[in-house]
Amino acid sequence: MRRAALALLLLTATPAYADSLLPSAALADTQLPDPRQEAEATKLMETLRCLVCQGQSIADSNAEMAGDMRALVRRKIAAGEKPGDIRAWLVARYGKWVSYDPPLDGVTWPLWAMPVLLIAAGVVIARGSFRRRRG
Amino acid sequence: MTVRGVRWLLWAPLILFLIFLILFASGLIRPSSHDIPSQMIGKPVPAFSLPEGAPGHAALSDAVFRKGQPRILNVFASWCVPCAAEAPQLLQLAQAGVPIDAIAIRDRPEDVAGFLSKWGDPYGAIGSDVDSSVQIAMGSAGVPESFVIDGKGIVRHQHIGEIRPEDVPAILAAVRNAK
Repeated sequence: MRRAALALLLLTATPAYADSLLPSAALADTQLPDPRQEAEATKLMETLRCLVCQGQSIADSNAEMAGDMRALVRRKIAAGEKPGDIRAWLVARYGKWVSYDPPLDGVTWPLWAMPVLLIAAGVVIARGSFRRRRG
Repeated sequence: MTVRGVRWLLWAPLILFLIFLILFASGLIRPSSHDIPSQMIGKPVPAFSLPEGAPGHAALSDAVFRKGQPRILNVFASWCVPCAAEAPQLLQLAQAGVPIDAIAIRDRPEDVAGFLSKWGDPYGAIGSDVDSSVQIAMGSAGVPESFVIDGKGIVRHQHIGEIRPEDVPAILAAVRNAK
């Protein structure tokens, strides 16, 4: 009896999501009619970070704010804005943090230099070991 | 490779391990903050015009922030729990003579009216932002958030999260500095 009551309580419990009662924005989950624009928007959305989930792109996230950001991206693309300009518009509001496509600058150069350095280190190690085998 | 080189290399894993240990320890001791500060500080409020967010309140546009007096722009929602927690502090700020306008995020006027009758109403104008577009234009990443905007429409200060009693003096100081 007690167990059944507990199960019933669990079934009827609603998790305290901080979500609004409004439906998602008009273009949050609706593709643009023009496939080329939609492809452009999708490509951009996959490289923009969701602000409330922080580990997902806005294309992947179910958060309401991510939906609102997708709608914003689609509205701007449909209005003819360039993806680069939309990214810059968001970076001007949230910082480089919002973009998954880090620009090359004073802070991010190690990120870009690392592959080159690692390949160079690999070449040096490979050369060393081949030379040893020959000798 | 020389014998000396090999001997030095033997220490590399231990050194690497220590580096990781320091990294993890610092992460544990000082957890990273998840606040995303707005980059709009020092910049003018973006142009916007929102319909009225609650009955009996004026609609909100950016024009009100260029009328010479510093104001607080509170980003809130009736469905947001911490927004109810900061209500007494907003009332306190309003009583101190700071005009407070609000943007209600993804909300319905009747829900906002219910929220205000329950928790108190410190607001002048309230704009209804059903698709978070003005929130995003302000660089706000969640609810609640509050901005101090000077009389010329320049964003001067951002408070992320609910305003707690101990935060009130800092916000009053920011309003004074914006004069």
